[in-house]
Amino acid sequence: MADERNFDLEIITPDRIFWKGQANMLELNTTEGQVGIYKRHIPMTMILEPGIVTIHLDGENKEAAVHAGFIEILPEKITVMAEIAEWPDEIDENRAREAEERAKRRLQAHDPKIDLSRAEIALRKAMVRQELAKMR
Amino acid sequence: MASMRDIKRRRNSIASTQQITKAMKLVSTVKLQKTKMRAERSKPYFDKMYETVTSMLAKSGMIEHPYLKPQPSTKKAVILITSNRGLAGGYNSNVIKTVTGSDLKKEDVVLFTVGSKGKEYFARRDYNIAKEYNEVIENPMFPDAKEICDEVLKLYVSGEVGEIYLAYTYFKNTVVHEPKLLKLLPVEVDEADIEAAKSNALMNYEPHEEEALEIIIPKYMTSILYGALVEAVASENGARMQAMDSATSNAEEMIEKLTLQYNRARQGSITQELTEIIAGANAIS
Repeated sequence: MADERNFDLEIITPDRIFWKGQANMLELNTTEGQVGIYKRHIPMTMILEPGIVTIHLDGENKEAAVHAGFIEILPEKITVMAEIAEWPDEIDENRAREAEERAKRRLQAHDPKIDLSRAEIALRKAMVRQELAKMR
Repeated sequence: MASMRDIKRRRNSIASTQQITKAMKLVSTVKLQKTKMRAERSKPYFDKMYETVTSMLAKSGMIEHPYLKPQPSTKKAVILITSNRGLAGGYNSNVIKTVTGSDLKKEDVVLFTVGSKGKEYFARRDYNIAKEYNEVIENPMFPDAKEICDEVLKLYVSGEVGEIYLAYTYFKNTVVHEPKLLKLLPVEVDEADIEAAKSNALMNYEPHEEEALEIIIPKYMTSILYGALVEAVASENGARMQAMDSATSNAEEMIEKLTLQYNRARQGSITQELTEIIAGANAIS
């Protein structure tokens, strides 16, 4: 456990501490694009986009879906503040597929009453969930 | 003295009320356990959020952003969290008092109510109620908090309201619940916390600070609101448990008193009957 390259990682959601432990590297999707973070990164706060977070530890990977939130990076510690976070086995694939369909329909409807950015986020969430569900 | 039958009837009615209060106490005790756990679980998220926002503000003292500066409008949005059901002692009226007892003027207040008790009170007094979210309080979820926040923020951004307040009951522990009126926007954090955060203010932001602030402040508000909702539910159940507990013990006391009265009345009537018989017997002989 006392690996030089490990840092502390915490993933917190409003209703639980989703994950707490060590990691070698963390991959995630931010507004600036895909990033991978190692220990001793400069302090930074970034905004998350719906995507898959990959936790690398001792050659093993752990994946989770994270939608909306931000990440605080300190040299020895990374905190992910996610509004929603799910493990692959918590995802209902059928529901995600339905949600994708619904979001697509809404995007194609060209209805001025529909909030496009919201539908787009819903679509992205649904796609992330399905992608993650395939990994299990 | 009331007749034996009256006393007995009264005692039975109190006993059945006591059964109800006892059952309600049990139900709210169970609910309290559940909601208390939820309130505690939401704490780390909220604490971290507060820390991040203070450190951001410590660093970005220069930033001119509408979220940080007082707005010209005198209107004030108040998010009021009460319960849908009564029988919780002073729970609802205490929250309401934080609003009516504050220096917010009636004409300036724009209410967003969560929980029908608060809504009924202010509707009767002709307050301006912009929107109600009464079903939310039964089981508050994070997306609910988000929806309310978005709605209130819209008013703030468009300049219709100048400040946003939150009235709720802070769940300190099982027996202590404090009604609170909190200012959400423009953001105000403790000076001391800012000073403390300044020491490690080497944080970089990507995207740029202003943009990050624009995104994080609404998240901060949502997390406060969510925290307030779960704490309010825990407080409601705590308050109800206490109210029902004292109702049950009051009923117990009354039953005891009435039992005593009943026994006295019974004895009195027996004594009276006896004296009547003896007197009758004496008269014959």
